[in-house]
Amino acid sequence: MYRNITISTGFHLLIIIVATLSLPFLAKTPIELPPIVSIELIQITDKTSIPFAPKAKKIIEKVKKKEKERVVSEQAPPKKIKKEKPDAVPLPDKKIEKVKKIEEKKQNPKKIETEVKQVSEFEKKELFDPNNIAALIDKSKEDLAETTKTTNKITQSQDRNAEPSGLSLSEEDALKAQIFGCWSIPLGLPYNKNLLVRIKMQLKPDGTVIKSEILDHARMNKPGQGFYKVLAESALRAIRLCQPLRVPTRGYERWKDLQLNFDAREMLEG
Amino acid sequence: MNLLRILTILLLIQFKAYALIEVDITRGNLSPLPIAVSALFSDNDSHAKFEKILKQKDLGSEISIIIENNLKQTGLFNPLDKDAFLQNSEIAHLKPRFEDWALIKSQALITGKVEMVDEKLRVEFRLWDVLAAKEMLALAFTTVPTNWRRVGHIITDKVYERLTGEKGYFDTRIIYVSEEGPKTKRVKKLAIMDQDGFNLKYLTLGNELVLTPRFNPTNQMVTYLSYFRNLPRVYLLDIETGMQEVVGDFPGMTFAPRFSPDGKKIIMSFATGGNSDIYTMDLENRVVERITNHPSIDTSPSFSPNGKYICFNSDRSGYQQIYVMRSDGSNVKRISFGNGIYATPVWSPRGDLIAFTKLHKGRFYIGVMRMDGSGERLLTENFYQEAPSWSPNGRVLIFYRETKTDEKGEGFSAKLWSIDLTGYNERQVPTKTDASDPSWSSLLSN
Repeated sequence: MYRNITISTGFHLLIIIVATLSLPFLAKTPIELPPIVSIELIQITDKTSIPFAPKAKKIIEKVKKKEKERVVSEQAPPKKIKKEKPDAVPLPDKKIEKVKKIEEKKQNPKKIETEVKQVSEFEKKELFDPNNIAALIDKSKEDLAETTKTTNKITQSQDRNAEPSGLSLSEEDALKAQIFGCWSIPLGLPYNKNLLVRIKMQLKPDGTVIKSEILDHARMNKPGQGFYKVLAESALRAIRLCQPLRVPTRGYERWKDLQLNFDAREMLEG
Repeated sequence: MNLLRILTILLLIQFKAYALIEVDITRGNLSPLPIAVSALFSDNDSHAKFEKILKQKDLGSEISIIIENNLKQTGLFNPLDKDAFLQNSEIAHLKPRFEDWALIKSQALITGKVEMVDEKLRVEFRLWDVLAAKEMLALAFTTVPTNWRRVGHIITDKVYERLTGEKGYFDTRIIYVSEEGPKTKRVKKLAIMDQDGFNLKYLTLGNELVLTPRFNPTNQMVTYLSYFRNLPRVYLLDIETGMQEVVGDFPGMTFAPRFSPDGKKIIMSFATGGNSDIYTMDLENRVVERITNHPSIDTSPSFSPNGKYICFNSDRSGYQQIYVMRSDGSNVKRISFGNGIYATPVWSPRGDLIAFTKLHKGRFYIGVMRMDGSGERLLTENFYQEAPSWSPNGRVLIFYRETKTDEKGEGFSAKLWSIDLTGYNERQVPTKTDASDPSWSSLLSN
């Protein structure tokens, strides 16, 4: 009885050991192959050995024969050599325009301030004239739109409750500092070309990027825009590397759509 | 009317709520891009064939080392240590696990495969954007097995171009004057090597003095100066065939022959009647044309890449400065106005800059300036250095530097150095002997 059990156990163990050793492929998961990507085939010319000068004559004839049989090295048509105008001196025209625009933006609130001051003083005077109350009511109706517009923007009591339209300076600085650390600027780029890359992003409340889109995307695939493409790709890499972005904890509606303008000229000019 | 106003207000409020916030990013990280170069995979059959034909068992690994070294010397890339790689080359070539590569801080990845197909070497490589988890470039090359080092250089060129937007300079050669022996009795030979110092060959025997070899920008021809019976001769040498040809004997002191951008002319300076001026020679009909005619010493001419302008040295203002003129010799303008003496101006293949040697207060500088003389930048300073030559993409300069001899007259050496336009990436180019007068070829795989 015991002998039969021992023999049976022995055989069972043997079968388990054999199965473990001989069928390991069952446990392995198959390697997932990537989708097939087309490859450009390039035939390199046989330019290798440089003959020593005195041996040249013997070799010339052989080389000439070989040259006839030689295969063109690249299939793609040769790129046209970029002819840069040597006379061209980089002028920071666009920079100046940009600066002007910013100045105009800054001036706007001042203009409104003065306007509003005049209106409010006028209103105060009118309010103290009891004879003109009816006329005042009519006028106030007429000017409803304008007064609401101006007071909405300026009045201090209302300003406290209103959400700021952009990021505060500290919020912007935090975001910039984060991106600065992630953006590896391609150092080979020319400093004197207009290479501004604008990327529009859609963000989650935690700063993760849902979608990023290069606004001048068409430019990336245009011939002669290799530098722009390189810069745009580096900017996209920076965003991916940095995310989640350091965005404010409040006011998601304000910054859920954000545009980053990558401009490397200052750094490349050094 | 009122309704219209209210609508306008509402519309304005809407715009305010959805106004897009813009943030300008004007600064970034200037450290080199971290890149992982995985060894190119090859199977056991190929290993055996490589061993038999090239005496190199792991050719894939050797090619990846060439790529790494090339990328590192640019100063723009930081190839990561292979010991840190988490995925082996066999699987990485099929499907990189981007998380693994991102974990070691790599932003780009090169994988590949090398094999022997019908007695030809077939090398396939892929460049991946690790953060975007997508392929950026995929190419395959077939060539004779002995070309394996060139394959490494060509792959680097392709990767460099894809990641920087400008052409590479790795599948190129450097020709220079090899120097041996004591300073007073130097044996000078023409030597040529790959840009990384490998595949060194001597092109002359060293019987005659050779000077200033210069590559033709369009092909693998070289022009150089050699003294035959104490008379300067300008030679043309085809480095593919080894054929040499005398262009002509020239009177007096002849200097620095250099090709025009189309390779059809040679421009040089030589002295007639004690007056050194600039001349061109048409290589087809050997007609010599005088370009400058001035009682001063005009030397070291170099064409702009479009062939419309020539920069040269002249002492017409009292001491040696750089001048630019039209290719017919008209409209001569002085462009260098700094302190010191300026020499050996060379126009960048990109056309934007002119490189030069400057001597000021006993020190030698290699620098660059724009064609109007503005934006002068001195890249490197030393006891003695001169003769800058541009890489074909106009980003790196190669020149030679001599060291001081000590009191016993010993310790002298002349070596090749390279520096890029940032001025930070200065490296010695390895040469077997002392070396001077380097010239960089155009890309072989154009």
